[in-house]
Amino acid sequence: MSADPVLRPPIANPVRNVLTASREDTTIVNIGPSHPATHGTVQIIAELDAEKVVRTDVHCGYLHRGFEKECEDHTWHNLMPYVDRLNYCSALINNFAYCDAVEQLMGIEITPRTKYLRTLLAEYSRLADHLTCVAAQLMELGAMTGFLYLVTARDNIYEHLAALTGARVTYSYGRIGGLAFDVPAGWFQRLEEILKEYERYVEMVHGLVDRNRIFIDRMRNVGVINTRDAIHWGFTGPILRSTGTPRDLRKDTPYLAYGELDFDVPVGIKGDNYDRYYVRMREMDESVYMIRQLVDMIPEGPIMVDDRRCVFPEKELVYTEIESLINHFKLVMEGPVVPAGDIYVAHEGANGELGFYVVSNGAGQPYKVHVRSPSFVHMGGVHTMLNGYQLADIVTTFGSVNMIGGECDR
Amino acid sequence: MSAPLFDRLREQLSPGEAGQEGQVSADTPVICRGVQHQVLVFELAPAAVMPVARRLRDEFGFDLFLDVTAVDWPGEPLRFEVVWHVYSTTDRQRVRLKTRVAESDPIVSSLTPLYGAAGYMERECHDMYGIVFDGNADHRPILLYEGFVGHPLRKDYPKQKEQPLVPYLPPQSALVR
Repeated sequence: MSADPVLRPPIANPVRNVLTASREDTTIVNIGPSHPATHGTVQIIAELDAEKVVRTDVHCGYLHRGFEKECEDHTWHNLMPYVDRLNYCSALINNFAYCDAVEQLMGIEITPRTKYLRTLLAEYSRLADHLTCVAAQLMELGAMTGFLYLVTARDNIYEHLAALTGARVTYSYGRIGGLAFDVPAGWFQRLEEILKEYERYVEMVHGLVDRNRIFIDRMRNVGVINTRDAIHWGFTGPILRSTGTPRDLRKDTPYLAYGELDFDVPVGIKGDNYDRYYVRMREMDESVYMIRQLVDMIPEGPIMVDDRRCVFPEKELVYTEIESLINHFKLVMEGPVVPAGDIYVAHEGANGELGFYVVSNGAGQPYKVHVRSPSFVHMGGVHTMLNGYQLADIVTTFGSVNMIGGECDR
Repeated sequence: MSAPLFDRLREQLSPGEAGQEGQVSADTPVICRGVQHQVLVFELAPAAVMPVARRLRDEFGFDLFLDVTAVDWPGEPLRFEVVWHVYSTTDRQRVRLKTRVAESDPIVSSLTPLYGAAGYMERECHDMYGIVFDGNADHRPILLYEGFVGHPLRKDYPKQKEQPLVPYLPPQSALVR
């Protein structure tokens, strides 16, 4: 607590109510931010005609923690735990996208082993993220069994990633110029077991809900958005693909090893909740297919590039020779030297285009790090999918957008 | 596939090749800075943002609005650099637009008439840097709260500054009432 606290009068009304009823027979209802369906971070102010939603005003920012301000005060390397916490369901994708941006600015080409490992882990994270999203969506509809099946499969992945990185959720595994450490012995054998297990659980979920009358009634023709509107409102990722357009950065502007992989881009038919559910389920299968290809493609070799601007020297050398000691000291105290310039690098995150706009002025700390986070952009357009449906549909539609508070509010 | 589109953009948007080195002025409102890391970069005068963005969308198919943000360069006469990114889903290319505005007059035109997605992101940029987007009727705080004073991503905003909404209470033990 600060010694001299700034005392300000409490704000008059903590609810940001800016909607006034447009008609006499409508009601304004406030949903969230303290509501389980809005993940505790998003507030939806809705105007209702009986149970029908006329208008909605979506607010976010309740989880804002000054990510971009904090980035400007740390060295390029020290941001790794912060970028983890953007999308904490698929933290590795954030890690690799950030590393890619800095590496391109420095003109570093990562080693082949790292390239394939990053691709594999990005797909593995996507699998975990989609499992979380679909599981939460099912639970919100009351399908507890489906939820437990999917979360069991996800938990296997978390445990498995903990064996690799030492953490269950926020891994901090990426490094500028490579990865924190190599894969432990036996990791790939366990990977195949987990994928088999995943297939068993997903098959059961397909059987439980795909043709389930209750599920279809709640999901089909709810939260419909067409391709033109989706692009106008900046939707990317599974939501854009559910409208029937195969836009996927992994295919369109291939990065990492995606250019060498064989995979399909699943699309929906009409962009409703059911399509979004199905696109995610199909994308998980494609991810598994990619992971199996990648396991056979990963070559032996080093995981870190040999570049003294960003990679720490061997510990033994730090203790024995002065150049390495200075190198180590300067990397810790001043940070990696990134040439002045700016760059925008986008990866296909689990929810859509995850872009890093990074500006360097040549110092060891970033001059600016801006994240184009899919969740934030989606919150700007989600009202188009909520208006005109029932109040209860807000929960399912909001679930199908898969808003992640960490990256939305930064 | 990529080269022809970028060449066309360069020819049609910044005619006369006024020099890649020159400064943006009333006579040369659009200067192409070439392709940087696979992104074609244009530097614009603030008045040229809307017409160029409109042409990019309508004539060249840049239909997806990616991002708008600003970079603060304190001490320079035109302190804020506002940066947009747009993407073409057909040609799979990105274009970056940049413009400079002064601290005393931080106004650029809003791209909300062209892209719905711009609304939310312009609100964020207004929160963080105090850039005013002329044409965006909604400048309510989005990531910050009502009543927040200042623009936290400006370089002169102290990182440790606190603006508590609720008065601090002296520490109390839950056991002593």
